Amino acid sequence: MATESLGRIRRIGLETIIRREYGRIIRIWGQTLVPPAVTAALYFLIFGSLIGRRIGPMGGVDYMQYIAPGLIMMSVISNSYGNVVSSFFGAKFGKHIEELLVAPLPNWLIVVGYVSGGVMRGLLVGAVVTVVALFFTRVPVEHPLLVAGSVLLTSIVFSLGGLFNAIFAKNFDQISWFPTFVLTPLIYLGGVFYSVALLPDWAERLSYLNPILYMVNAFRHGFLGTSDVDLGFAFLIMGAFATAMFTVVVMLMNRGTGIRE
Amino acid sequence: MKALSIRGLTKTYRNGVAALRGIDLDVGEGDFFALLGPNGAGKTTTIGIIVSLVTKSGGQVSVFGHDIDGALDHAKSCIGLVPQEINFNQFEKVFTIIVNQAGFYGIPRKLALERSERYLRQLQLWDKRDQIARSLSGGMKRRLMIARALVHEPRLLILDEPTAGVDIEIRRSMWTFLRQINEQGTTIILTTHYLEEAESLCRSIAIIDGGRIILNDSMAGVIRKLNQETFVLNFRGATASPPVLPGFVSRMTDDHTLEVEVTKEQTLNDIFARLSQQGIEVVSMRNKVNRLEELFMRLVESRGAAGAKAG
Repeated sequence: MATESLGRIRRIGLETIIRREYGRIIRIWGQTLVPPAVTAALYFLIFGSLIGRRIGPMGGVDYMQYIAPGLIMMSVISNSYGNVVSSFFGAKFGKHIEELLVAPLPNWLIVVGYVSGGVMRGLLVGAVVTVVALFFTRVPVEHPLLVAGSVLLTSIVFSLGGLFNAIFAKNFDQISWFPTFVLTPLIYLGGVFYSVALLPDWAERLSYLNPILYMVNAFRHGFLGTSDVDLGFAFLIMGAFATAMFTVVVMLMNRGTGIRE
Repeated sequence: MKALSIRGLTKTYRNGVAALRGIDLDVGEGDFFALLGPNGAGKTTTIGIIVSLVTKSGGQVSVFGHDIDGALDHAKSCIGLVPQEINFNQFEKVFTIIVNQAGFYGIPRKLALERSERYLRQLQLWDKRDQIARSLSGGMKRRLMIARALVHEPRLLILDEPTAGVDIEIRRSMWTFLRQINEQGTTIILTTHYLEEAESLCRSIAIIDGGRIILNDSMAGVIRKLNQETFVLNFRGATASPPVLPGFVSRMTDDHTLEVEVTKEQTLNDIFARLSQQGIEVVSMRNKVNRLEELFMRLVESRGAAGAKAG
């Protein structure tokens, strides 16, 4: 078989994985697209509309406007992660991951396929939450490229995170442990609802160790032109995480960790 | 060219179990090959290594000349696998499962749709195409896995106990289908516990036990090696005492039925002559077990006995 033919197999193989993942997201839309919209609407209603009025402006803008990018990013992070961890672990649990493992597709391509699924769901949910936000506040876009770059990189990082979790998970408890005890606290403490400038010095310094802070702030800067972090450093962090995690996940797949005996 | 060539294949699992202890095996292009062995002998491990679901500890495997260490994707593109356990997404539709599998092997979508229809029709699953796979019966699920393995038209089809738990009618129709596929040029490797199935379908055979190949020959050659068969003879009427058959080991299982062991050097004519002399009429005769099964049991049992002796 010629190299050209392998190239065709890989292109069609990747398209098929992406189509299958997209089909899964749409098929179970009641689990994938609706809950984030409901959750976001409740956040906007309670934190934005009811409590937010008493808080006043933050970062130079209305509080509801301030939390809108954070809530969108929160949805993107949790859904990118959740999509890949459940899809890949489900495939491991149901053994249909073997369909891909016996096919003539390299592991890096399988990783790209699953991450594409995570990014698709992250962006779809991000779009849904943005539409919900528009019912409550105006969402200006100051720097579209910053918005696109930061949401894409963040979604890739957390899709890879979901894959990393799914590779090691041996049961359903192990795919819910990390999101519950690590991811959610990091998101909530990552500047979604507040500017870290409001925190005491020690807490502010501690917050800068949280990578999600950079992602949320780069994203917010794209919308509102306001940020707690240096943008160049934020993108460096996102790029470094994406590269390192891709390398590690492909290495684990090549070693057969969690998927081959 | 060899469809499959294995040299010195070893596998030791992390728990220390040595599943394969240096296997050499060749399967010729176009062959219908039986890989037999008792449970835990190493059949599924061998297949797992060939299709890259199991990592080997040592040795070489090549598929149509493509070494799995140097050209894994080329090797994999030649293989279709029907595994022992159900391994498709049970929540997908039947048609989607087949079309997706074609995509994973680089079949363009239009062709994938055509072939999916063709193979689902051939395996009598076309009317189930829009059903969720979970709703299929056990036999249908097995046939779905065969359709899935064939959709990229592999040169080597590996079937790991494809007829386990399938009723006799469906099993026979699957045999017919597999014979057709083989006649069209697809090399087939089959593992099965139904030795009648192996004898009926396969032209070559290897028996694996304890992680080693203990026999590898043509089916005809293997059957010739069988130096003793046990026959069951049914008499027309009841006999008061067992017939006298000098030189034969025999026993009555009831007053109508005689079991007699016949070695290569002996003939059935001698038995019939003796029985006629004693006024006994034989109304039917059959092998006690399938011939291949008889050989298989002797080989595996003699190895077990030797192992116990050595231990």
